[in-house]
Amino acid sequence: MVTLKVNGKPRQLDVSPDTPLLWALRDTLQLTGTKYGCGQALCGACNVHVDGVPTRSCVTPVSAVAGRSITTIEAVDAGRVGRAVQEAWRELDVVQCGYCQSGQIMSAVALLAANRKPSDADIDNAMAGNLCRCATYQRIRAAIHEAARKLGKEKQA
Amino acid sequence: MNAPVIENLSRRGFLQGVGGLTLGFCISAPLGPAALARIAVAPATKGSPRGAPTFGFNAFLRIGSDDTVTVISKHLEMGQGTYTGLATILAEELDADWKAVRVEGAPADASRYNNLFWGPAQGTGGSTAIANSWGQLRAAGATARAMLVAAAAKRWQVPASEITVRDGVVMHAASRRRARFGELAEAAAQEKLLIDVALKKPSEFRLVGRHARRLDSADKVNGKAQFTQDVQLPGMLVAVVAHAPRFGAVLRGFDGAAAKRVKGVADVVQIPSGVAVLASDTWSAKKGRDALKLDWDEAKAFKLGTDEILAKYRELAKKPGLVAHASGDVDAAFAKAAKVIRAEFDFPYLAHAAMEPMNCVVRRTAEGCEVWNGEQLHTGDQYALAAVFGLKAEQVKINMLYAGGSFGRRANTRSDYVVEAANIVKAIDGRAPVKLVWLREDDMRGGYYRPLFHHALEAAIDAEGRLAGWRHRLVGQSILKGSPFEGMVKNGIDAVSVEGAANLPYAIPNMRVDLHSPDDIAVPVLWWRSVGSSHTAYSTEVFLDQAAKAMGKDPVALRLELLAKHPRHAAVLRLAAEKAGWDKPLAPGKPGTRRGRGVAVHESFHSYVAEVAEVTVAADGTLTVDRVVCAVDCGIAVNPDNVRSQVEGAVGFALSAALYGEIALKDGVVTAGNFDAYPILRINEMPKVEVHIVPSPADPTGIGEPPVPPLAPAVANAIGAATGRYPGRLPFRAEDLKV
Repeated sequence: MVTLKVNGKPRQLDVSPDTPLLWALRDTLQLTGTKYGCGQALCGACNVHVDGVPTRSCVTPVSAVAGRSITTIEAVDAGRVGRAVQEAWRELDVVQCGYCQSGQIMSAVALLAANRKPSDADIDNAMAGNLCRCATYQRIRAAIHEAARKLGKEKQA
Repeated sequence: MNAPVIENLSRRGFLQGVGGLTLGFCISAPLGPAALARIAVAPATKGSPRGAPTFGFNAFLRIGSDDTVTVISKHLEMGQGTYTGLATILAEELDADWKAVRVEGAPADASRYNNLFWGPAQGTGGSTAIANSWGQLRAAGATARAMLVAAAAKRWQVPASEITVRDGVVMHAASRRRARFGELAEAAAQEKLLIDVALKKPSEFRLVGRHARRLDSADKVNGKAQFTQDVQLPGMLVAVVAHAPRFGAVLRGFDGAAAKRVKGVADVVQIPSGVAVLASDTWSAKKGRDALKLDWDEAKAFKLGTDEILAKYRELAKKPGLVAHASGDVDAAFAKAAKVIRAEFDFPYLAHAAMEPMNCVVRRTAEGCEVWNGEQLHTGDQYALAAVFGLKAEQVKINMLYAGGSFGRRANTRSDYVVEAANIVKAIDGRAPVKLVWLREDDMRGGYYRPLFHHALEAAIDAEGRLAGWRHRLVGQSILKGSPFEGMVKNGIDAVSVEGAANLPYAIPNMRVDLHSPDDIAVPVLWWRSVGSSHTAYSTEVFLDQAAKAMGKDPVALRLELLAKHPRHAAVLRLAAEKAGWDKPLAPGKPGTRRGRGVAVHESFHSYVAEVAEVTVAADGTLTVDRVVCAVDCGIAVNPDNVRSQVEGAVGFALSAALYGEIALKDGVVTAGNFDAYPILRINEMPKVEVHIVPSPADPTGIGEPPVPPLAPAVANAIGAATGRYPGRLPFRAEDLKV
């Protein structure tokens, strides 16, 4: 038995300790918003936050995150930054197939949580680990700038 | 009567049978009474998401008493925006409130949902979704609007001609009466379907040509969108399969004892394509597969490497092939030439590498079987699955889910992974639903690549400095030969091998295009976003730049000269050149770098695209693509923002292939298994993309594929302008770009 704190709730899982967090989330907890893309931390589709830090769940055994606080795409709207990012993504119609976008959004939220006014170079650094086969990169960049603008405005207000 | 007519937009067709099904090629599909009868078959009434009753108007539309307008999409949403585009067309003629519109995937039923360009087959591909649906969905919307009006006229006892409709509300101004769609839906659905209905003039469009937000955005940013990978059914087992290490290897035997001891593993079964490990979850199935002991007989397996394949192709290219196009007297033109130039081009195998690796859910039911899939070739897959289970095609129920990309991979002529899933269900006697999951390595090594090609070109320049002769020889596997679609091969020529080359638009008086289609290569091949044009646009457009150089002409000026009879090509070329500032000098790069600008124009799937690329080449051959300016003519842009989005993405997708894309084989083994060895473009490598749309009154054509072909040749021509060297092989290699 492994105990995880997922999206604010404690969850007990009967999986072997070497099970990657990705499959525990998807197959056991039915949180399927987090995607499998490569299984080797090469594409970023499986990105979740562990204690706020973007983490590749496909290479993270559940035993390594026991008791830690895990946030997935399903709960990213609980935070102001998450909501701003999702809103910007919708407004600019970033998505195409959408399969990588949970991972993209988790990376973007972590970036904006740490850096409220990222430059293009900051975006490159934070987002270069997230592959998008549809190559929606131009809109991802624009949407991060847009979310930063929204968050800046909220702060002033 | 303003009868909607669908023009002949497809030069493709599927002619031969899939398991007894004859797939036809539609020359022209006027939307007469027969086609209207097809839209008139109402789907079963189902509840809307909020549970309100809904009423079917035709095969493509239900309206709920809560005003929800549900558009049924017969086409797969794989990222190309087709759900939104199709809904826009129907909602336009219906005068629906866009905020009330939602989309639902159609079931597999070719009697109602066939692709009108593919005869009696249902499927998505060849950038046909919007084009083949244009007239059909306009009629579906307009006739349903007329039914709503007729119902209101009866209820209010007023003439139908005095009734107007706007944003989901039916109104009679004189009596100040109004009703929402939901209030009229039940009565209106009972009204007679009128064929004699006027369609809107383009000047009356309120949705088409404007920016409608994607209908799938919300669910794709919060994790709710359902892909095949996300399907969970009660009692479902997850299957991971051990596949042959080489194409054509046969399983001699296996030991599954260790696999069965893995916690969570429920069964280990042999199937025609390998050994499947079934478990309660994906990780346990993978661990089980890793514990298998397998004995493969590789005596008849394919053991060549890509270098050997290429060497064979180069030899073949020395001999004439089957003639795909001949005009004028090409040999005489070369005999009289003042100057002859030559070039060869090599193109690698390419994997589609969709972010969602191939997968499929299958279960046996009392009625037959049920499938969940990012379904791209409904009819072919129905027949293939029926054959596995000994069913009739109509007993195969398919739930079409979102696909996490496809780029052609899910439209498999052999239904490979779908049949594999069915074979696993069969091997366990249908006792549980099965989700087949291909891991990334299974997907990348699973074959069905864009075929490897070798091209050889020669151009004859006459004494007056004109392009007088053009010879183009192509060597590469046929996608259609040996497939259930072999009937599309005419006189030995697979049209998709030479598309873009055999129909070169340039006014060159003497031309010959010939083709070798070797059939002794066992690497499975398939269409890859833009199919033949993914290589023919490169060889023809780069070679044309080399010819321009030899003739001392400007690449844009030469093209315009040769495109006098092709105004749509010329228009996109002019627009891209103008927006890119073709006539102005390019700003220099940092010291030690060279910059260049290149252009390419290409028509595919009846859409016209020109792209101008600006590049920087460092002394060591490192390439940066800085900016790409695109001009497109895809007829009426149903959703201009989606057109821009598709062009931006296609540029990145094509650049990925040009910079990195290569599936290499060594002794028959595919070397790359994951994104470390088959890299995909990253955000920091994405150029600035500008998209300009040519206003057009023509019926809409595709946009998913057409922006792909011009990118690599535009970049290569920019490299040529910067360095004087035109890359003769893809992907680009720094050693070929060094000055």
